[in-house]
Amino acid sequence: MAEAVKWESDDIDTLDLQQIDPSRPDIFQTDRWQRVFARLRAEAPVHYCANGVDGPFWSLTRYEDIKYVDQHAELFSSDGTIVLADPEEDFPLPMFIAMDAPKHDQQRKVVSPVVAPMNLKVLEGTIRQRVQTILDGLPVGQEFNWVDLVSIELTTQMLATLFDFPFEDRRKLTRWSDVATADEFSGIVESEEQRRVELYECLAYFNNLWQQRAGKGSGNDLISMLANNETTRNMPPQEFLGNLVLLIVGGNDTTRNSISGGVLALNQYPGEYAKLRAHPELIPNMVAEIIRWQTPLAYMRRTALSDSEVGGTLIRKGEKLAMWYISGNRDESFFEDPHALRIDRPNARQHLSFGFGIHRCMGNRLAEMQLRVLWEEIMKRFSFVEVVGEPTRVQSSFVKGYSELPVVLHAL
Amino acid sequence: MPKITFISHDGKKSLVDASEGQSLMSAAIDNGVPGIDADCGGECSCATCHVMVADDWFARTGGPNVNEEAMLDLNPERTPTSRLSCQIKVTNALDGLVVNVPEFQF
Repeated sequence: MAEAVKWESDDIDTLDLQQIDPSRPDIFQTDRWQRVFARLRAEAPVHYCANGVDGPFWSLTRYEDIKYVDQHAELFSSDGTIVLADPEEDFPLPMFIAMDAPKHDQQRKVVSPVVAPMNLKVLEGTIRQRVQTILDGLPVGQEFNWVDLVSIELTTQMLATLFDFPFEDRRKLTRWSDVATADEFSGIVESEEQRRVELYECLAYFNNLWQQRAGKGSGNDLISMLANNETTRNMPPQEFLGNLVLLIVGGNDTTRNSISGGVLALNQYPGEYAKLRAHPELIPNMVAEIIRWQTPLAYMRRTALSDSEVGGTLIRKGEKLAMWYISGNRDESFFEDPHALRIDRPNARQHLSFGFGIHRCMGNRLAEMQLRVLWEEIMKRFSFVEVVGEPTRVQSSFVKGYSELPVVLHAL
Repeated sequence: MPKITFISHDGKKSLVDASEGQSLMSAAIDNGVPGIDADCGGECSCATCHVMVADDWFARTGGPNVNEEAMLDLNPERTPTSRLSCQIKVTNALDGLVVNVPEFQF
């Protein structure tokens, strides 16, 4: 990966379009991405960047163009990777999100029953209990980091449940999730070498669980499913690691950052917080709106399988495209007043955050349920989750998230 | 106007007047039938308008098309008469159609 070159001018509104690289991680950390994408949507909705952090790539920034590419997996491939950086040749991590049909479909089908609605119905009671325990243990009237004590804790507990992972070791999952998406900008690891060492520790830990569970019939956890299914039981180690990373990141970073983002958004739009207090029945729609507003994964990458047109622009075979969900979710031609949180937004559910087509988020219903249950339980306990300082944002163009969100709780 | 019956998971029936040419999904949304999300707006790319066609009607609606099959195939709660309602076009031949709406969309 190349070093990010500083823009000569910080004035995003006057930069030459060719100079704009929307994949620069710093624009997300400093929360300047809105102006970058507003400009691209208006002036260059299908935009070519020749000198991106990870090489040349196209950016799609309008709702309809993004949806079109996402819907056409036969034209735009996910094979190899779904991030702009090409896979490391000496450290490939095959995972089904980064595969095309038919292998994608075969592997996804093995694990999808764990997050299917019927199984979630069974899980809801457990989730609610855990949410209650977490919330009841929080200090009232005293500042703390919401990300650590709520967002990370809740999603990590949930992930441990899905893997049937030793509960006392659950923060290892948080660490591996962070490490998996780390790069030289994130400050999470010191080097690529350290990243690989930690991911191999992850593989070794899970290999142990796999050995314990292989041949033991059909456990309802993700590891038992992978270890006992005909399609996946002979998975090579690197592919097992890849799919673990997918499930860990998919079930962790995304919901974590939507939990934090929801609190932040309701503080930025206090009228919406008032609306929530008056109409708690809006929670299910608010959950969709929070996921739109936050867009916890800013983009997904595709590679053109042939020359084809997107939004009137010719994309050549082999070129990379970033579908900027973060921009499509703020497209003023699709969402009215798109930067505002509106918990009763009529078309909130049509957000792009889960993607559309065969790669649509597998855990979307679990994520929605976690957020719904959390907000139902928050409203029973606290009159206000008050943000009392600036959040610290993650330096990443892929995971759009927070490492710190200082809050003070007010009792009912 | 073709009449369509949607039966919810707990047996509640909604009888709606559909317009010829619209999709079964639109007929459900226009008439406030619960249980159909249709997050992608009717483009066969989210599978949240899943219905199970009554057995004796399935042959008349026809089976899923290629794109629909790809989406349905990823749903572990699929049944032999599952369809995405955005892909069923309402015609006079479907007057009296009965479909079941699942408890949850995936």
